[in-house]
Parts: sequence; C-alpha cells; structure tokens
Amino acid sequence: MKLDSKIPEGPLNQKWTDYKDHLKLVAPNNRPKLDIIVVGTGLAGASAAASLGEMGYNVKAFCFQDSPRRAHSIAAQGGINAAKNYQNDGDSIYRLFYDTIKGGDYRAREANVHRLAEVSGNIIDQCVAQGVPFARDYGGMLDNRSFGGVQVQRTFYAAGQTGQQLLLGAYSALSRQIGLGRVKMYNRHEMLDLVKIDGKARGIIARNLITGEIERHSAHAVVIASGGYGNVYFLSTNAMGSNVSAGWKIHKKGAAFANPCYVQIHPTCIPVHGTNQSKLTLMSESLRNSGRIWVPKKKEDAEAIRAGKLKPTQIAEEDRDYYLERRYPAFGNLVPRDVASRAAKERCDEGFGIEANDTNEGVYLDFSSEIKNKGKEVAYAQGNHNPSEEEIITLGKKWIEEKYGNLFEMYEKITDENPYETPMKIYPAVHYTMGGVWVDYNLQSTIPGCFVAGEANFSDHGANRLGASALMQGLADGYFVLPYTVSNYLADEIRTGKISTDAPEFAEAEKNVKDSINMFLNNNGTKSVDYFHKRLGHVMWNKVGMARNEQGLKEAIAEIGQIRDEFYKDVYVPGNADELNPELEKALRVADFLELGQLMAMDALQRNESCGGHFREEYQDAEGETLRDDENFSFVSAWEYKGQDTTKAELHKEELKYEFIKIAARNYK
Amino acid sequence: MSTAKNININLKIWRQKNANDKGGIVDYKLDNVSTASSFLEMLDQLNEQLINNKQEPVAFDHDCREGICGMCSLYINGRAHGPETGTTTCQLHMRKFKDGDTIYIEPFRSKAFPVVKDLVVDRSSFDRIQQAGGFVSVNTSGNTIDANATPVPKDDADKAFMAAACIGCGACVATCKNGSAMLFVGAKVSQYALLPQGKVEAAQRVQNMVRQMDEEGFGNCTNTGACEIECPKGISLENIARMNREFLKASL
Amino acid sequence: MAKSALLKSSIAKKYWMALTGLFLCLFLAGHLAGNLQLLVPNNALNFNQYALFMTTNPAVKVLSYLTYISILFHAIDGFLLTYQNAKARPIGYAKSNPSANSSFSSRNMALLGTIVLVFIVTHMVNFWAKMHFDKNMPLMTQSIEGQPGMKQDFYVGTQAGQYYPVEQVEIGTHTDEHNHAPKQFKLVKKTELYHAQANVKVADLYKDLYKITLAFFRDAKYGLYFTIGYVLAMFALGFHLWHGFQSAFQSLGLNSPKYTPIIKFIGKAFAVIVPLLFAIIPLYIHFTK
Repeated sequence: MKLDSKIPEGPLNQKWTDYKDHLKLVAPNNRPKLDIIVVGTGLAGASAAASLGEMGYNVKAFCFQDSPRRAHSIAAQGGINAAKNYQNDGDSIYRLFYDTIKGGDYRAREANVHRLAEVSGNIIDQCVAQGVPFARDYGGMLDNRSFGGVQVQRTFYAAGQTGQQLLLGAYSALSRQIGLGRVKMYNRHEMLDLVKIDGKARGIIARNLITGEIERHSAHAVVIASGGYGNVYFLSTNAMGSNVSAGWKIHKKGAAFANPCYVQIHPTCIPVHGTNQSKLTLMSESLRNSGRIWVPKKKEDAEAIRAGKLKPTQIAEEDRDYYLERRYPAFGNLVPRDVASRAAKERCDEGFGIEANDTNEGVYLDFSSEIKNKGKEVAYAQGNHNPSEEEIITLGKKWIEEKYGNLFEMYEKITDENPYETPMKIYPAVHYTMGGVWVDYNLQSTIPGCFVAGEANFSDHGANRLGASALMQGLADGYFVLPYTVSNYLADEIRTGKISTDAPEFAEAEKNVKDSINMFLNNNGTKSVDYFHKRLGHVMWNKVGMARNEQGLKEAIAEIGQIRDEFYKDVYVPGNADELNPELEKALRVADFLELGQLMAMDALQRNESCGGHFREEYQDAEGETLRDDENFSFVSAWEYKGQDTTKAELHKEELKYEFIKIAARNYK
Repeated sequence: MSTAKNININLKIWRQKNANDKGGIVDYKLDNVSTASSFLEMLDQLNEQLINNKQEPVAFDHDCREGICGMCSLYINGRAHGPETGTTTCQLHMRKFKDGDTIYIEPFRSKAFPVVKDLVVDRSSFDRIQQAGGFVSVNTSGNTIDANATPVPKDDADKAFMAAACIGCGACVATCKNGSAMLFVGAKVSQYALLPQGKVEAAQRVQNMVRQMDEEGFGNCTNTGACEIECPKGISLENIARMNREFLKASL
Repeated sequence: MAKSALLKSSIAKKYWMALTGLFLCLFLAGHLAGNLQLLVPNNALNFNQYALFMTTNPAVKVLSYLTYISILFHAIDGFLLTYQNAKARPIGYAKSNPSANSSFSSRNMALLGTIVLVFIVTHMVNFWAKMHFDKNMPLMTQSIEGQPGMKQDFYVGTQAGQYYPVEQVEIGTHTDEHNHAPKQFKLVKKTELYHAQANVKVADLYKDLYKITLAFFRDAKYGLYFTIGYVLAMFALGFHLWHGFQSAFQSLGLNSPKYTPIIKFIGKAFAVIVPLLFAIIPLYIHFTK
C-alpha cells in the first residue's frame, strides 16, 4: 500500500483555489448517468448528498435511523467556528487554521486544515441562506461566542442546539433534492459491505432493517459519512446506534484506517449511575467558565461522601482540593479537554472520587463561589452596596439560571439533584474520535472511488479536536470539498455506463453478509450482545482510555481477542433475518468494534509519545504533562487490514510536514 | 447523595410481530429496576431478561438518548413520552415511578404512523411533508450573500429558533385526539416564514406542506392544545396560528 | 389550486368552522338581547314587537338565512371533521390520560355540538315553526278595563293606538252567518286585519309568541321537563363556547402573546354569561307562574 496524500504544491493559501481550478469536471448532461452512494446522513453525509444531487448526479443516500434528520450531528451543543471576524477581534483564516493545528497537537495536515478554515465562512453564509436560525444581537447581526483554546470570538451558535439547527438545515437541503427526485433516500438501511470491482468501489450491500432484505446497490462512487467510533467504549456520549461498521467494512476491503488511538474524552459529563447505564450525557464545556472543580482533600471525607454520610456542602473550604487550580494556576478550570479529563482520572484513581457507583468515579463541579461572586456584582450593580448573604445568593442563582438554566434543568432531570444547591457531579466520557479512515486531500480513501467525510475520516483534527470544529468539518467536507473532488473522480467514469448488480463481486459480497447473519442467528449461545459489548467497553475504558501504558495496551490486545473469541462462540441473537431485529443489528456492529478495539490498542502501543487525546503514562514530564516526540512520531499512522486477525494489521506512515507553521509545545501552566 | 433505590414494576407492553400482525398487550414483571435508570434503560433491562430467557426482546426506537434526535417515542401510561412534561422518553427516569406500579407502554398511534413492530412506528410521513416544501430553495454552492448582509430582527430570529427546535418525534400527533400533525407542520412553516430567507417562497411552501400533510392521513386540528403540552420541546400553538395565517394569505 | 384548497384542505375546514362559529356567537348575543325581554313582567307587547321585527325585517331576514346556513355548515363541517379525525387513528390506545393535557370541552366539541344541534331543532319546532307556520298561532290580545269592572279583550295592531275588540273579529276565512250577526273585521293571512265589508286592510296584528313561550314553560304536565331540558342544553352550549370561542381565533391565525389572553378571557366570560342568561329565562318563567 502506498499513501499519497495528493497535497497540491504552492503557497498554503493558494493550494485549494489553484487545485479546484484544475480539477476535472463532468458536464451537466453526463451527471444523471453517474450514480453516487452516500452512507450516513449527518452533517457531512446530508450536505454531500444534497450537493451532489443538486449538481445532477444520481444519488442514493442511506441511513440506519428512521429519518435522515436523526443522525447524531444533531446532538452537538456548543457551536460552529468560522473565520468571519464579525467581532473585529483580529480573527482571520490563518488564525483559525493555526488554532486548529495547535489544538490538534501538531498531528494534522496543514493543507487540509487550511482549506477547512478557508471555507468556514461560506458555511455560515450557506446556512443562513438555508434558514438556519443562528443567534443574533439586537441589531439583527449574527452573534458569536468564545470557545476553549482560542482568543477570539468566532463561534456561531443557536442556543445550546447548534448541531440540531445545522443538521436540520442540511436535512432540508437533502429533503428538497429527495422531493425533486434527484436523491433517493433509504431510511432504516444499514450498509454491511462495500463492493469492489477491478479495484474500484462500485457499490454496497445494504440490509433493509424492516424487512431484513439484503439489497445490492451499485454506483460509480461511494461516500462514507458514517460518523465516529466512540461506541467501542460501550459508554460514550455517542448515540446508541453510532457505529464503525461502514468505515470498518471499507477498511477490510482495502482502505487504510488512520490514527485509531486518537479519542477525545470530554471532561464534563454526568457520571455513570450503575451497571444498567446505556449512555453518557454531556454537560457543555461552557460550564467550566463558572464552575470550580474539586474533590475532598482527605480520603476519609471522600469515603464518607460515597457512603452518604457527608454532603459536599459540609466539606469546609480548606478541606477541598481544587486540583485544576492547584496544578494549572494560569488556566485553572479552563485547561483543554484532555488535560482536565486526565486530572480528574488521576484524583479518582488515588481514591478521592465522590460518586457512589461501582468505580467511585466522579468529581465536583461547584458553582457556589460563582453564585456568591456574581450575586455580589449584581447587587452592587443594582445600587445595593451592603447586601445580605441571602440577597447575594438569590441574585447569584438568578444570574446562573439566566446563563445555564437549560443545562441545570437537564442535569436535575437526569440526576434528581439540584445543582443550585449542591455541586454537580461530573466525570470524563468518550466524546469524539479524531481517528478514522485515511483519506487524501480529495477525501478519497486508498480505495479508488470510495470517499470518506466528516468524523468518519481522520483528516483535520490531529490528535485533539477543538470545540466547535466538528460541525465545521462535517459541512465543509459535504458542501464544499466532495462536490469538487468526487466530480474530478467521476470525470473518468462517464463512459463506464450503468454498473450491473449481477456482477460476481456483488454476489460474493452478498453471500458473505448473509453468511455472517446466519452465523449469528444460528449460533445459539447463551449471552446477549450487550454483555460482550460491555466487557469490551470495560477493557477499552480501563486500558485504552484516558491514560495508557505499554503493559495495559498489551493486555488489552489479548483480552479483546479473548472477548472476540467468546463472542463468536457464545453470543445469542434472537429473532429472524427477515424482520426488524435490533439484536442482530447490534451483533453485526459489535463484531466490528471487537476488531477495531484491538487496532486502537495497537496504534496506541506503537505511538511511544503522548499527544492530544493520546496519553501514554511512560511519556510525561515530572509534573504529569504530555511529552510529544516530534522527531519520531510526526506521522499519521495508517493501518492496512491483513486478514481476520487484527494483530496482523500492517502499519504505514504518512509523514507530516510543517512548512508554514512552527511546531511548539503546548503549555497551560 | 444519590437516593437511587430498586423497585419492582409490572409492564403492559404492546407486542406486534410486524405491520400485518394484529398485536396485543402482553404483561411482564420486572424486578430490581434502579430508580436512577432512564425509562429506556429499564427497557434494556427487560430485554436483557427476555434474551436470557430465550424470548424475543421488545423492539423500540431510540438513538441519541439525550432528548434531541427525536427517535424515541412511546405512549406511557396514557401520555406521549410519559408523565413528565418537556421530556422525551429517553430523558424520563424511573424515579418518577413507584414500587409496584403498573406501566402501560404503547406505540404512537396514528394512521400516518403505522406500526412496524412492537413499539416501533414508521414516521416517514414527516419526511415526506418536509420534502414537499420544508426548505429554502437555495443552491448549496456557498455562493450566497454574506451571512450578515440581511439583518434579521432578534425577535424574529429567536422565534424562528424556537419553532426550529422541533425534534420531529411525533408526540404531537400521538397525543392529539385527532391525530393531527399541525404542530409539526406549523413549526416548520413558522421557522421559514419568520426569516427573510424563507419568506420568498412562503406561499408555495405552506400550500405544499399542508397538501402533503392532508394526503398522509393526519387528522384535523381542533385546537385542544394537547400537542403543546406534550411537546418535549415546548413548541407553541402560536406556530399553528401562524401557519393558518400563512395558508390564508397564500390561498386568497 | 388556491380555490380548491380553500374548500378541501384541513386548514380551510378550520376557517369555516371558525367563521360560522363566530357568526353564531353574534347571533347568540342578538337572540339573547331579545329573549331578555321575557324577564320583564307583562312585557308581551315589547316582546311581540321584537318577534315581529325579527320575522319581517328584510335585513334581519338576510341575517337569519345566514344563520341557518351557518348552523348547517357548522354542523356538517363539524361532522365531517369528526369523521375524518376518527379515521386518523384507526387503533386507539389501551390506556389514555387526555385530561392531563386538554380540557373536557375541547375534547368533546362534537358531542356538545350535537346536543346543541338537537336543542336547536327542538327549539325551532317549538317556537320558530309555530311562529311561522302554525295555523293556530294565537294573536296578541290585551285586556283593557274600559269601565271599572268591565274588562274587554282587544287585538293589538302594530300601529300605536290600534285596538280591535276580539268579539268583532272574524277568525278564519269563512263566516258563520247562521249563529251570529256579521262581524266588523276579518283576518286574512293569519295576521292581517281587514274591514269585513269594505275588504280594506286596517291593521297588522301581533302573533303572541310571548304567550306561547310562557305557556310552554308553564305547561302543567311538561313545563318542568322543558325547563330542565333547556337549562341542560345551555350547559352544553356553555362548554361548547368555552373552547369554541377562543379556538375560532386560533383557527383564523389570531394568536399572539399580547391578545390571546384577552381573547381567552372574553371567550370564557361569553361562555358563562350568555348561556347563563339564556337559562335564567325559562327558570324565571317556570317558577313565577
């Protein structure tokens, strides 16, 4: 396998423009003769399907949900970055580019990230034209807010539901094309294999989830936009159905899988409540602006809290350990996500966790100081220079409610605790996966004709993603990159003609899919799919999670292999193939997770450095901070599938060249 | 500290093999349900129990489990998304129930939402309404005017956002005694009618969407207001009124 | 497209329900104003004058036809909607808790409307039909004590000061010459008084709706039932209006945070006051005989 990133020559800020100008085109009258399959209808998939359909291609779009509008992009809360500089604080395309590279801990491609920054402004224009109701100020202009890791206000938002509004915008564009007959939508369909003919992607095998029918769909190009693989941990902030299968199937057919070990663990999620927990809920990063994170200084206090004998409010100020403020005085509670997450883990591992669950994992996010400070400020602003303690607290709570009311309400709904009165309990959780299918500058995988967009690819975020950048990348890929690069590829396909689904390659792929379905249904084991998924998640979280080490990773590789063997021997999948069968769907997905998990551990094991979301305990400085090794690890690891045994996968390296910015260490002290 | 405890409950769940099956209520007993569990985690627990007994688990729709994707549904003890207002089923927690409670779980019922299996219904009628006109006919080229070229009054933008917050779950239809989809359609019509970008084709949009809504077999609104109360996102009846106005304007 | 949409679409049906409903509210107010005269004791003349006006004035006639059409349309449209709405949910819920999210009246508009419709039909049979078509509809008379202790009954003409002794008026079209001397006046077309010999119209007489109304509710055998029935129908009307009044505004698209609370308040006040005042009348008549 040869990795050719196809990054164009020339000055950074001219690369994309020049490249676009020289891409091949397909004439309008030829486009209806060309079929494109898009798998996934999140921001990347929906925007790609809508754009390609609008251009006149014959598009088939697939999603496993009951409607394309349900894709998990919808759950993004905070916002979307764009270098518009509307707030006149010195923002520019270069700054957005630079912040993103730095935020990714210098493990992303310069050219891709710069292109992302270049089109960021168009995204906002496009969305506004589509009727996306972004927040506005009283002058009728778009409002912006600031996000972690940057010094400008470039984040556009729609309350705490930006992802929802953007996805509904893309969904409306997609719906328009479906209504016009240019896109055919396949809801409740799951892609189960890629069909390759003569080395090129020529179609997919999909299962109709309602009837169970195995369908063959042919196309001249296939776009995979199926999201991230965070659910390999079982518990994550991802949707229950989020899975790696589409990406994994193309990996098995020859697409390299890049940087699988780069996982973003978000520090502020609601902790696990028990063994029946099915998913984790994020509390927006913005809360760290007002909340102080702490655990008790004394272990016996933590124990008493877990036993229900002490309340957090009874712990005296001097007995609290505000560990982020202690360790990172300069940034305090506002250190980047990966740093905050690791610090919480460190305290809980030491036995200071406060949550009364199996793992005792949880720390406090306390708003009482902010309530007092803001209460006092408001009282003074109202002309009351001698407010009583009570007045201060009432005013402070009101201030908090205005700013975070909906989040506090959500927290109370889930935990039944009132965060105005008692500190929130939070703990890190798997949130986003920076790794994914390796793609070149065209977003094409190592399989010709198979493109990968959005979270499913690896391209733009390096080892750590900055807040409000995922939405930007999804829409950039779908609206503004794929329409050009897919056309460029299809320009050579205008003479191909309709691709028959009778080809032996389709028959073979279909047979493989049917065989694996029958294998699960006839397995007659004793344990549910979730049983194995939970076990896998447990290993992943403990050994391929926030902090990794050589021994743990090696154990993980072995343990996952064991779980996989047991899974195939002992999983029980009820029901039949020809009906809606959620357990069967889960089994097929977990089978892929069980392979991916091993690859993640292998990738983490070979990367003998700490960078971004990847923290190897062996590679930290005296104060417990990450130690990057730019000399030896400034590369993208791209894994080639080498058969059923994942441990045989072969590593390829794409060197990362930084021509335009200077690499520096990240320091938050 | 957490006040979670375990309760035992009785479930009466609609089971239906497929669209052609007649279906009926089946009784289940489920013990040791943590009150800290969400309602769907309770169903996970039931399914785990069924699978372990080699019985077929209950099919139900769900995905994000944080109240935003709109995939979960369920008519719980006579109410869409259960007893809590402003809450999707996935955000409903078992602490709202008591030890020994009997809980009815039924699918969302509407002619336009046929049952697929058990508690899973087909809501693609909503998609088809959207396809009939729920969009602004603008190309996806990005070659539009600058986002700030057309100021939008904050009040309009806020109202449009509140209408756009609809998650398309179908609770409005499920709870309406008439099976009407007007809150859903009204919200979409309103979002675009309130924004300058959407006003251009407001007339065709409302006519096309209402026509599709009628064709799908949804009932007629009689303003009972049940939808507004049960809507997990608190979409206001004002949106239906706005749609009525828009339709009148378009028809005259 | 536009035209057929205004007849067929679900929203258009709402407009028509709202418009006819609101028009019927106006009618109710007018009808009530007239009926309230029944609460004034011995107010036959005024009431019958009002009744005459309502049945003969051309403008009122137009309005009344509009009212009939509205009632018919409101009822037919309502039945149609109810039928379609029932079809929209072919399989119902095993357990439903509608009182958690909607009012009794909003859920039972069809039932309440049907009760009101039945009431309207019986009401029209009892009063409107008699007034218009009954051959035996009595004419208003007035007892005047010409001399102390000598009461005499007179028919009252529509012009001021027109009184005609009852025994001087030939009722019916034929004269009974065998028994009596020819009378001075004769009645033509039920209410027109002609000079018998000259065959010249001298006056129009009042139909005595007042008398009929009082007799109806004071009927020895059924008066109590009629009264109870009337009051119950007014309850149904009240509940119908409780939801219907403000609902009409919503259907017409008139909903704003500023005005809707006022509309709702007026609607509820209307729903209470109008049926209440209507209901007081038969109660008053029945219990003050």
